[in-house]
Amino acid sequence: MTGHPERALPFVLDQPRAHWHDESLWFVRQKRDRQASALPEWEELRNAAHAIKSHTMSRLADYLALFESNAVANGIQVHWARDANEHNEIVYGILAERGVTRLVKSKSMLTEECHLNPYLEARGVEVTDTDLGERIVQLRKEPPSHIVLPAIHLKRQDIGALFHDQLGTEAGAADPAYLTEAARGHLRDKLLNAGAGLTGVNFAVAETGGVVVCTNEGNADMGASLPPIHIACMGLEKIVPRLADLAVFVRLLARSATGQPVTAYTSHFNGPRAGGEMHVVIVDNGRSKILAEETFRRSLNCIRCGACLNTCPVYRRSGGYSYGYTIPGPIGSVLAPHRDPAAHASLPFASSLCGSCSDVCPVKVDLHHQLLAFRERLVKEGKTSSAKSLAMSVMSTVFQRPWMYGAGGWLMRRVVPLMPRFVLYGPWNPWGLQRELPPMPSESFRDLLEKEETR
Amino acid sequence: MTSREAIMEALRRAAPPPCEPAEPPRGIRFDDPVAKFSEVLASVGGRCVVGDYRELEVVQTARRVLTCPDQSSQSPHELADVDVAIVQGEFGVAENGAVWVPAANLGLRRVVFVIAQHLVLRVPANAIVHNMHEAYQRVGRDRFGVFISGPSKTADIEQALVIGAQGPRSCTVVLE
Ligand code: SF4
Repeated sequence: MTGHPERALPFVLDQPRAHWHDESLWFVRQKRDRQASALPEWEELRNAAHAIKSHTMSRLADYLALFESNAVANGIQVHWARDANEHNEIVYGILAERGVTRLVKSKSMLTEECHLNPYLEARGVEVTDTDLGERIVQLRKEPPSHIVLPAIHLKRQDIGALFHDQLGTEAGAADPAYLTEAARGHLRDKLLNAGAGLTGVNFAVAETGGVVVCTNEGNADMGASLPPIHIACMGLEKIVPRLADLAVFVRLLARSATGQPVTAYTSHFNGPRAGGEMHVVIVDNGRSKILAEETFRRSLNCIRCGACLNTCPVYRRSGGYSYGYTIPGPIGSVLAPHRDPAAHASLPFASSLCGSCSDVCPVKVDLHHQLLAFRERLVKEGKTSSAKSLAMSVMSTVFQRPWMYGAGGWLMRRVVPLMPRFVLYGPWNPWGLQRELPPMPSESFRDLLEKEETR
Repeated sequence: MTSREAIMEALRRAAPPPCEPAEPPRGIRFDDPVAKFSEVLASVGGRCVVGDYRELEVVQTARRVLTCPDQSSQSPHELADVDVAIVQGEFGVAENGAVWVPAANLGLRRVVFVIAQHLVLRVPANAIVHNMHEAYQRVGRDRFGVFISGPSKTADIEQALVIGAQGPRSCTVVLE
């Protein structure tokens, strides 16, 4: 079975590129830090966000019902989908009934989760992702590698070559401004000729029956207001009770995501455009199951800002595709095993448990605790590899017996320097593929401490 | 059982014990909110000026200027060649350079604020609030409403900021 380490291998083998990826994300993390530290009430905001979300989760059915009745009163048609397939059927049903063959989409991780694009394409609907990063990966026939920065794994030259091939830009041209301008013409054309627009949802407000979409490019607003049909797809955890709650989340989201004080557009859709119709599709797809789990339900508080990805030392150095799941990084590693524990058993281990994810999370999801809890569960259920279990039981035996630990160290300090390279760095040492063992010290820490104390 | 019922039932069964929501904290305040608004707007690629919007260069050099609210366009697609849209904003937000625009100020075709090549927002100079908590006190229940903070932008290619992604290439806020 391939797990995170195997999938990460091609990425880490290209060291300069992996290093560049690491730095790009750290740059975003630093922008986030600057925004967070500029607000004296930052921690209060996080606490409020956490409390509002937890309260909402305790009354989710009530708030969804309230949202629905207000939305219907606003002239919105509300649909319910138990799973990904039902979601796709609903969306296709709306399009097919109205003879729509061209759909423009703006960024929506939910439709990625449901694999909507292939479903619609197989039924003759042309789907265009209109967010620049999403369009880039769509043209490359790849999924996004990050939930906020879909093409963060690509260099400008890669995109220049892609656009030359697909959009007819000049060969070798790789200037971001030039490439963005080319995409602008291409995407505006798609937006103007679409029969329907689909957007994701950042927040749905129970009190108003409207949905809020936060974007920078303007494509979501064009997609929702040019064609006569707007379909907004949301996971059922996107609800917030009141309009005033939005202030808390809007203040946190963009600052945490990209280090902006707010996105360029924070759009409140409380009904269809003049002469048009609006649909909201509310999707469960496993969320109610997570809600039932005390240890893991907090992961539903996630507002998909991506901060935990940007800060994660493992994500930064292994890339989004190494996770093999729609949502990578710490939050993906918590969500994926709910869907299929066996297939995603390696993900909770793709973490150093440093806790940086929990520290930056704007809604205080206790990510590293959840990762640890999942490890426990996967081990108990026998979903981890036998090599890992063996290593763990050896470690457990040694760590429980100080004499064994001491003797082991003594032996290592003497034996390792004598061992030939091919023995030390054989296939049994995957750790050594990328790294060199440090030189063995002449004394153990205990020896040093003893000397220090007797001095 | 319909999907709606099934989902509702699952959620009620799974619901954690009740817990109280929180009141939003008191937001940051600035000594000079207008100066802060102007500074933040500049940092997100916009521009804040004081004066008469008719004298702006983008307005003077434009071929098609649309003053909103516009009720006459037959379809939103007719607005694709608007060079400059002039839109009344209700108020600005100092902490993030955003301006609140409700549907009524846009007119029949709400897409105008994002499809125009350039956007000019007119905001009363005494209508700058400090933060988003204050802002949401003033947000109504219109069919549609949007906070606009600067021009359309993207950093999807190597994190390089490019102004003018799919929407307006510039956003000028005129304080009046
Ligand atoms: S878990 Fe927290 S940090 Fe990670 S994406 Fe969700 S909200 Fe952001």
